[in-house]
Amino acid sequence: MNIVEAQKEVWNENESAAGVTTTLDNQLLTFYLDKQIFGIPVKYIKDIFRSTEITKVPLAPSEVAGVVNLRGHIVTAIDLRHKLCIAPPKDALQSTMNIAVDVGEEMYSFIVDKVADVALFSKKDFEANPTTLDEKLKELSMGIYKLEGKLLIVLDVKKIINCAEKQ
Amino acid sequence: MDDIIQDFLMETAENLLQLDVDLVALEQDHNNTELLGNIFRTIHTIKGTCGFIGLPRLEKVAHHGENVLDKFRNGDLDVTPDAITAILHCIDTIKEIMAYLEENGEEPEGDDTEVLAELNRFMDEDLKKTGKSDSKDDAEEAKLPCQEDEAPVQTEETEAAVAEEDPFAFTPTPAPGAVFNEAPAEVEVSQGLEEPIPKVEPKEAEGKEDVAPAHKTELKKKPIKSEKGSSLATQNIRVNVELLENLVTSVSELVLARNQLLQISRDSENDEFKVPLQRLNHITSELQEGLMQTRMQPVGAAWSQLPRIVRDLSQDLKKEIDLEMIGADTELDRQVIEVIKDPLMHMVRNSADHGLEGPQERLDAGKARKGKIILKAYHAGGHVVIEISDNGRGLNKERIKEKILTNALVTPEQLESFSDTQIYNFIFAAGFSTAAKVTNVSGRGVGMDVVKSNIEKIGGSVEVTSTPGEGSLFTVKIPLTLAIVSALIIRSGAQRFAIPQVSITELVQASEESEHTVEYVNSHPVLRLRNQLLPLVILSDVLGISEPKKSQPALESANEQEQETSRDKGENKSIDCGSSSENIGDDQFIIVAQVGSGQFGIIVDEVYDTEEIVVKPVSPLLRSAKLFAGNTILGDGSVVMILDPKSISDKVGEMHASSQELLQNEKKIDSPDERRMRFLLFKAGDNAPKAVPLALIVRLEEINANDIEMSNGSHVLQYRDRLMPLISVQGFLEFEPDVQKSVLVFQQGHEYVGLVVDEIIDVVEDKLDIKMNTSTGGSYGSMVIAKQTTDLLDIDYFIQQICPNWHSMLDDEMTGRSQENGTHDMTVCFIDHCTLYRNLIAPLLELQNIRSLTFEAGESALAYLEEHTMKVDAFILDKDSLGKDPEAFLKSYKKVFSHVPCFIVGAHFKAEDEVLFNKYECIACLAKSDRDSIITTIRDYLEQARNVAA
Repeated sequence: MNIVEAQKEVWNENESAAGVTTTLDNQLLTFYLDKQIFGIPVKYIKDIFRSTEITKVPLAPSEVAGVVNLRGHIVTAIDLRHKLCIAPPKDALQSTMNIAVDVGEEMYSFIVDKVADVALFSKKDFEANPTTLDEKLKELSMGIYKLEGKLLIVLDVKKIINCAEKQ
Repeated sequence: MDDIIQDFLMETAENLLQLDVDLVALEQDHNNTELLGNIFRTIHTIKGTCGFIGLPRLEKVAHHGENVLDKFRNGDLDVTPDAITAILHCIDTIKEIMAYLEENGEEPEGDDTEVLAELNRFMDEDLKKTGKSDSKDDAEEAKLPCQEDEAPVQTEETEAAVAEEDPFAFTPTPAPGAVFNEAPAEVEVSQGLEEPIPKVEPKEAEGKEDVAPAHKTELKKKPIKSEKGSSLATQNIRVNVELLENLVTSVSELVLARNQLLQISRDSENDEFKVPLQRLNHITSELQEGLMQTRMQPVGAAWSQLPRIVRDLSQDLKKEIDLEMIGADTELDRQVIEVIKDPLMHMVRNSADHGLEGPQERLDAGKARKGKIILKAYHAGGHVVIEISDNGRGLNKERIKEKILTNALVTPEQLESFSDTQIYNFIFAAGFSTAAKVTNVSGRGVGMDVVKSNIEKIGGSVEVTSTPGEGSLFTVKIPLTLAIVSALIIRSGAQRFAIPQVSITELVQASEESEHTVEYVNSHPVLRLRNQLLPLVILSDVLGISEPKKSQPALESANEQEQETSRDKGENKSIDCGSSSENIGDDQFIIVAQVGSGQFGIIVDEVYDTEEIVVKPVSPLLRSAKLFAGNTILGDGSVVMILDPKSISDKVGEMHASSQELLQNEKKIDSPDERRMRFLLFKAGDNAPKAVPLALIVRLEEINANDIEMSNGSHVLQYRDRLMPLISVQGFLEFEPDVQKSVLVFQQGHEYVGLVVDEIIDVVEDKLDIKMNTSTGGSYGSMVIAKQTTDLLDIDYFIQQICPNWHSMLDDEMTGRSQENGTHDMTVCFIDHCTLYRNLIAPLLELQNIRSLTFEAGESALAYLEEHTMKVDAFILDKDSLGKDPEAFLKSYKKVFSHVPCFIVGAHFKAEDEVLFNKYECIACLAKSDRDSIITTIRDYLEQARNVAA
C-alpha cells in the first residue's frame, strides 16, 4: 500500500475519533530496508540518487561502504542495512538507492533498498519506541508512527552519523 | 555603532602589531624621527578614535602613552629601555581592553592605574616645561594642555588625508582610515575639509584655525609623507578573507572540471575542441596561479611579533640578544603562516632561553657579548625553508642521551648506533625536555613535539642540527601550496590511490636484472638501492586488500635464482623459495618515499600517471583510517583516496624500526657482539633447519640423482671437468633414482666438495649468536635464525669424514697449511680469536693467492712465527684479539716485525683505539663485516709496496 494512502487512513481515523483536525507538521522521507519502512525528516535531505560507482575505503569502519562523487562533492556512503544490523540482501546485486543527507558540516549518504514517498505526519501521532523493538533499532530510532498494519520507524540521522564517527 | 567598533578593532589591531615592531626598532635607533613620528601618530589616532566612539578607558591609556611619546619627540625625554617598556605595557593594556571589547561589545570594568602610573613616571620628570597640569585626572582636562601639541599632528594627518583620493576604501597605515565615515554634528571639521578628523572638542577647533598658516609650513616640511601616503594607498585593498576562500574553492572546482575536460579530449578524436580547450587550460592555470598569489603573504607577517618577544625575553633573562631576520619577504600561503607562527615563536624562545648563554658566560667562552638569533627564509625546490639558528651553546648531547634512556625511548644498544643528528632530533619526542629548570618561558617539555606535529600537519618537516659550544640550527620545510598538489596515481589491488608527489623521491622497478633488488633481512623485504637498504612495505598488505595474485611456479623460479646465486656467491640476489613473501615477485614497482629524514619503499601493483589534484579532507567518519591524507576526484570523475606516506610508515612502525636497526648496521660497523653474517638455510636428513655461512659456499647446484656415480666406495659427481666427492649430513647418501637434489659446493684451491641436501630454504642475514654449543662433531652449535632453532654446521667435519686428504682450509689452531701445488705470492698472518672468522677470511685470502697463517691469539702467533722463522708480508689483527694488553702485544710485535705492515680489523673502533694504533703505525682500521674490502685493501697495499720495492 502506498504510504500516502496509509497516511490518509490514519488521519481520517484520528479526525473522526477526536473530531479535531490534525496539523501535518512532520515531513518525512520514507524508504524501505528489507520490507521494513523507515522515515527521515526532510530537513536533512539534500539529494536522492541512484547508486553509482562507490570507491571503497580500506580500513574504514564496516558500515562505511565507501565514498561517492556527487556532482563534484565527495560524499561518504553509509550502508544502512549494515548499520542497523539487518542482514544483507539475498540478491547481492539488487539495485539500491542513495539518500544524501547533510548534518551541517559534511554530506553523507545512506544506502537503502528503495525510496518511497515523502509523507506528512502529525507530531501528535509520534510515539515512543515500543519495547519489543530490536535493540539496535531502538538505539537509532527516535520513535515510530503507526500505519495501517505496520510501524514506520523514524531514524535519528545525527545519531547514525555520530555513532559511526565515534568509532 | 557595532560596525564602527568592528572596523576600529580590525584596524587598530593591525596598527598595534606594527607598533610593536616599530617600538623595538626605535629602541635600537633612538633618533629615528620617522619611526617616532609613525609611532606617535598611531597612538594618537587610537586615542582620538576612542574618544570619538566613546571608549573612555582606552582613550585614557592611549592618551598617557601619547604623552610619553610626545616627550620623545620633543627631545624632553630620552628613549630608554625603561621608557620603551612602559610604552609596550601601555600597548599590551590596549590590546587586552580591545580583546574584551571584541568579545563583549563594551569596555571592561576597572582601571589601569598601574600602567598609567608607570607612564606618568616619565611625565613627572619634566612638567614645568609646558606648565601643564598633571595628567592623572580625567582625559578631558588632559586634552587641553596638549592642544598645541595635537594641532600640528592633526595637520599632518589631514594633509595625508588630503593626499588620499578615497580614504574609505584604501587604508594606508597609519593614517586615519575608513572608521571615520561619518562626521557627526559635534565634530567640527576644520578648515572646511571633508576628510574626517579625530575627535575634536569645540575648544580645540579654535586651535585648529590657528593651524591654517602652520598647515602650509607643515606641507613644506614634509612633502615626502604625503607622497608616500598616496602611493601606498593605491596599492593595497582590503578584502574579506571569506570572499577569497570562496574564490579559491571555485577556482579549485574549475581546475577539476578542466582536468576532466582534458581527460576527455585526450581520449577523443574530436579536434574541434582541442584548441579552445588549450586556451581554457592556459587561462585556468593562470587564474589558479594568480589566485594562489592572493593567498600569499610574506613570511615576515609571521615574524612580526618576534622582535618584541625577543626584546622582552632578553630583558627577562638578562641576556643580550640580537634578532636578525633575512628573507622576510619570502611568500607563503596565508594559512601556512597562521600555522607556523606559534611554532616559530616557540623555537625562538627556546633559542633565547636555552640556547644562548648570558653575557658573562659568552665572554668567558670567547664569544661576543651579544647572542644572535638568525631567522632566514627562502624558496627551495617547491618548498619554503625557514632556518632558525643561534650562536649559543648548542644542544647538550649527553643530557639528551640521558633523557632518552630515562624515558626508555630506545634501548641502550640502539642508542649507541645513532648518529649525532638522530640524537638531537629526539628533542621532538613528546614530553622531552632536558631543561633543569622549568621557566615560564619554556622547559615544560610540551613544546617541541607540538611544534613538530603542527608543522607536519601542513605537510612540512622540521629538523635540528647542532654543534656544541657553537649553536644550533632548526630547519623547517613547508610545501608551497596546500590545496592543489601533484600526485602519483597508483594501483594496489583493484583500487587506485594517489600519493602526493612531494613525498616521493624515486620510482624504482625491482627485478632480477636491474641494480635494484629486493632482499630479505630477517624475512622482512628490503630494497637494495645504490648500496642503501630501504625497508619495504607492501601497500596491499597495509591496506588489508587482497590482490589478484600471479601464480609463480616455485620450483622453477627457485632454480633460476639458485643458479644466479651460485654465480654471485649469493650476494645481491634474492632467493624466493616461497617462504616469506610470495607477493613480491619480479618487476614490482616500488615507490621510494621520504618521511622526515628517513626513506622507505612502498610496493604497489601498478603506476599510472601524475595528476594535479585538489585535496579534499576526509570526512570525520573516515578519520579512523589514519592512512589517508585526503581524497580527491580525478579527471574521470572517480573518487580516489590520497595516501599519507608518513602514516604508512608509522603504521608499519615496528617493522620499520627493526629494519632501521638493520640499516644502521649495514651502514655502520657492527658492534662487537653482533657479527652479522649471511647463512644459507637448508634441510638435510630431517626437518630441522641447518645453516652454513654463505661465504664458504661457492655454488648451489641442482643435480639429478642419476648423475651420481660411485668411485672408490664414495659418491662422486662429474663436475667441471673434475670428479667432485659428495657428502651428506647424515653420513650416507640415499636417494631414489631420477630425483632432483640440491648440492652445496665448497671449494679449496681447485678441488670441490659437494654437500647434498634435501631442500634449500633461504638465505638470511643474522647475527652469529651461537646459543648452545653442541659437542657433537659436525656442528658449531645452535643458533636462532628467523625464530627457528638452527644447527650451524661445521663443514670441515663432514668433509673430512669422507675425504681424509681434503686439505682443510678450516684451521683450529696454529696450523697454516699451504697448498703445495698452488702458488702463493704473499703470506699473511691473521689473528682472530673467533674460529668462524678465521674460517671465513682464510679461504678468501686463498682465493686471492695469499697464503694465510691463522692464529687464535697474538702471543701464540708471535711465538710460532719466531720459532719457525717464517716470512710474513702482512699482519691482519682483530682488534679484540690482542689479548689483555694490546699495547704490550703491539710493542713486541713491532720489535720483531717492525717493517711488516699491520692491518687492524674490528667491528667497533673508539677514538682511543685509533690513537693506539696510530702510535704503532698500524695501517687501516678496517670494518670487519666488509670482508671484501679488507682483502682488496690489503692486496692493493701489498702490491703497491712490492712495486715500490721493485
